[in-house]
Amino acid sequence: MARRTPLFALHQAAGARIVDFGGWEMPLQYGSLLAEHHAVRRLAGVFDVSHMCIVDLQGAAARPFLLQLLANDVSRLTERGKALYSCLLNERGGIIDDLIVYYLGAQWFRAVLNAGTREKDLAWIRRHAEPFGVTVRERSDLAMLAVQGPEARARVAALLADAAAERALTLGAFYGTEIERWFISRTGYTGEDGFEIMLPAQDAEPLWQALIKAGVVPCGLGARDTLRLEAGMNLYGSDMDENTHPFESALAWTVALTPGRAFIGRASLETLRAGDNLRQLTGLVLAERGVLRAHQRVFVADGGEGEITSGTFSPTLERSIALARIPAAARDRLQVEVRGKLLAARVVKPPFVRHGKSVLDRADPPARL
Amino acid sequence: MSKVPPDLQYTRTHEWLRTLPDGTVEVGITDHAQHALGDLVFIEVPEQGRRVTPGQPFAVIESVKAASDVYAPVAGEVLQGNPALADAPEIVNTDPYGGGWLARLRPEGAPASLLSAAEYQKLTTEEGD
Repeated sequence: MARRTPLFALHQAAGARIVDFGGWEMPLQYGSLLAEHHAVRRLAGVFDVSHMCIVDLQGAAARPFLLQLLANDVSRLTERGKALYSCLLNERGGIIDDLIVYYLGAQWFRAVLNAGTREKDLAWIRRHAEPFGVTVRERSDLAMLAVQGPEARARVAALLADAAAERALTLGAFYGTEIERWFISRTGYTGEDGFEIMLPAQDAEPLWQALIKAGVVPCGLGARDTLRLEAGMNLYGSDMDENTHPFESALAWTVALTPGRAFIGRASLETLRAGDNLRQLTGLVLAERGVLRAHQRVFVADGGEGEITSGTFSPTLERSIALARIPAAARDRLQVEVRGKLLAARVVKPPFVRHGKSVLDRADPPARL
Repeated sequence: MSKVPPDLQYTRTHEWLRTLPDGTVEVGITDHAQHALGDLVFIEVPEQGRRVTPGQPFAVIESVKAASDVYAPVAGEVLQGNPALADAPEIVNTDPYGGGWLARLRPEGAPASLLSAAEYQKLTTEEGD
């Protein structure tokens, strides 16, 4: 039986096309996916992300536990409300999941994990938390909305009382704050500014309705995917999984090899680091007409091969973009097998789009050839 | 409810066919199909002179999310692919039975067995239009 978020009935009433996502019945799009995408780049959109797994980690040893559990270093979290992006690795350095962890109090951290990996993540976290005496509590009582876009913060703030609005609007990037029973953070998965709001399930519907009344556009998982890909953000299960490690997933920046910190997967990663880094995850821009899709084969000039891990038509750039895992030495131009034809593509470092604007260099060929 | 013009013929795979006065045919995808695919972003129409076989792919339509084959409703020779779709694939979304035609064909051989508008309407209703 598929799971539903507290907003499911609203999505259905709005005529959303519903799809299964990691065992959840979620809105793919309400109307035009392109219109939803552009709304986030140009104005503001709201996503129901209540399927994501919110977990509170509490106990005197919560910090030492996370120092061992996560590839990124939670000792970077010195201020309350500060967020950190990290991989959760297995002993081989393979990626079990990626997550955001917030520092909420002396003995309290909150992690937000992917929906599709919920069971294995919780089992893994509980197993490793036990020796530390850390309590692992899934917060299925909370819903979560992501409000994203250049106007997103202002539209949310307008719905809050003055003091709360002030606190929300003064949040720095990658910080969150508790406002009454809501947790508001300046985070997201679109490459735009905005908030993610965790709140009691019964508050989700009134907030959703108020945002829509304020002109915020309801957006589904379809737009969420094109937005995150333009922003060069990985999707767990497509761009990385337990058989890939952070160094070949464009996530070396999230691995903190702080001297003396023994985190799970570190020994394997250091072996890899000593050897050749054979593959890279990077961006591709298609130089011809067509659309790059996951699993298409990539051919580089010296005979090496790779594979597209996520591909789409970029609504902002009006051409196709992708993330691909290819030989580490591959640069500049390569070819992709698209429906039986070899098409030319260019290697670029993601992101493709940031704050509504293309970050590709101006010498790129025009959008539609 | 999607539109099903009464004067056209249809396939079970959601293509339509219009017979023109000179005996050539115009082919496209139905309103039901364009709606199911969502915003179209890339269309590959067949080249002039290509011979197509009924039930075989002869064009590709890509939405943001996925690529789909379009199947030839009849046997024949391609007279022209719609040149407007290279720059404006969204015409198939906005005008699937008019400006969104995919190709013009000169049919060959025995007439294919196609669905009437009423039959196609019934099919899409069963599929949950």
